[in-house]
Amino acid sequence: MAILEVTNIRKSFDKTEILKGIDFTLEQGETLAVIGSSGSGKTTLLRCLNFLETTDEGRIVVNGETLLDAPEQKKRSDREVRAARLHFGLVFQSFNLFPQYTALHNIMLAPQLHLNGRQDAPDRRTSQAEIERRARGLLEQVGLADRADYYPHQLSGGQQQRVAIARALILEPDILCFDEPTSALDPELTGEVLKVIRSLAERHMTMIIVTHEMAFARDVADRVIFMDDGVIVEQGTPEQLFGATQQERTKQFLSRYNEQ
Amino acid sequence: MTFQQQLPIVLDALNVGFLQTLRLFFVTAVGAIPLGLIIAFGSMSRFRPLSWLTRLIVWIVRGTPLMIQLLIIYYFPGLVWHNPIWGSGESGRFLAAAIAFIFNYACYFSEIYRGGIQSVPRGQQEAGLVLGMTRTQIFFKVTLLQVVKRIVPPMSNEIITLVKDTSLARIIALQEIIWAGQAFMKGRSGISGVIWPLFFTAFYYLIFTGVLTVLLRGLERRLDYFR
Ligand SMILES: Nc1ncnc2c1ncn2[C@@H]1O[C@H](COP(=O)(O)OP(=O)(O)OP(=O)(O)O)[C@@H](O)[C@H]1O
Ligand SMILES: [Mg+2]
Repeated sequence: MAILEVTNIRKSFDKTEILKGIDFTLEQGETLAVIGSSGSGKTTLLRCLNFLETTDEGRIVVNGETLLDAPEQKKRSDREVRAARLHFGLVFQSFNLFPQYTALHNIMLAPQLHLNGRQDAPDRRTSQAEIERRARGLLEQVGLADRADYYPHQLSGGQQQRVAIARALILEPDILCFDEPTSALDPELTGEVLKVIRSLAERHMTMIIVTHEMAFARDVADRVIFMDDGVIVEQGTPEQLFGATQQERTKQFLSRYNEQ
Repeated sequence: MTFQQQLPIVLDALNVGFLQTLRLFFVTAVGAIPLGLIIAFGSMSRFRPLSWLTRLIVWIVRGTPLMIQLLIIYYFPGLVWHNPIWGSGESGRFLAAAIAFIFNYACYFSEIYRGGIQSVPRGQQEAGLVLGMTRTQIFFKVTLLQVVKRIVPPMSNEIITLVKDTSLARIIALQEIIWAGQAFMKGRSGISGVIWPLFFTAFYYLIFTGVLTVLLRGLERRLDYFR
């Protein structure tokens, strides 16, 4: 069974339809790359999946659990929305680390708050220590063990993005989404971030990666989706899409990249 | 009376007046700092009538002199309803002045808060949301300190202005330090026709604003650890 089933997602802003019925599924451990020209709705799709936008129409099912069935069940409590969100993680283009906390504290903040909100919390002290242990482990995993006590402004963009990845990972989302994780970075810093994402793919983290890094998508993704103007034009393996696409629109898009 | 004889009498009177100045300052600060936040939330409300009403009130309060507001609040109930609700004497004047000051400053503060809250990038809130935080958690754990950092410099300006604005309460005869200094021109405690006590009040303001400036700079520096 697919870990994620997305059916007929539609989203309009002020009467302009931005997502015109998006369907796809994702298998456990699969890495999906989403490519497409600017304005095609890639960010909007990720934001719908993370419930940052109210989806007008469509279904989102994770592990057989229906998280969204719009417009039928539009009115959901904040608690339900938060629970649904936790199935997904999102890494932003602009990192969005909390500037007043150190790298370590950025990672620990959300699990600490979730711990406070629970009545059945076991022993608080051990739980706190456990959160810190896991946060340090994740910093190590993204290669920043020695930067635990640095504030975001003391870190490079690439380092900030790696902290942001660790911050998303500590909540153990079923599906981790990336919105152009390297677009805000200087070229020499993209490598360190892509390396972390690649290692996650090797560990079979289920991921959706919106990216303009075609070589990376081709290399890391199990499957690629090409979006244009609010629809999925084509999906398939990287070999199919990058090597032997039959679609005119895909060809045009890719040829623009090859010229650059 | 020689200057040496005048000095202790004058200083005693000015100290008493300055105590009233300080009371008005602290009561205003303590009242207006939280009230301003409530007004700021009102003006940012997604419920249109509330935000319009709030902005209208803020516009009126910021668009008219505090001195007029003091006079209206102090005299209006007595003149119009024939019911001088403030009571007579210094405590009534203080209450009226405190209400006028708190409301006026809360409106100024609310605009500073609103600017501060809106200047925190949306991505901060969204990052909190995707991590499953509640809006309350996001406000207190993510947004608030960033807002505080941004508003400390403009708030410092307003607070220094407030110290000096307390002298406007003289208009309803609140016995603050200017009133105390002026009294020696008309005659008080056997001293009359001297103007230096009034000029001398400036030192009180100068020293107090100096102390506040140092404290607020300290606060600003304590928030320097992040950007
Ligand atoms: N909040 C919004 N209000 C109105 N229009 C919006 C909003 N967000 C996005 N849009 C519009 O939706 C369209 C798709 O935007 P989106 O950000 O999803 O594109 P994208 O594929 O991520 O592009 P890019 O590659 O440039 O990031 C754009 O035309 C954009 O102007
Ligand atoms: Mg985008």
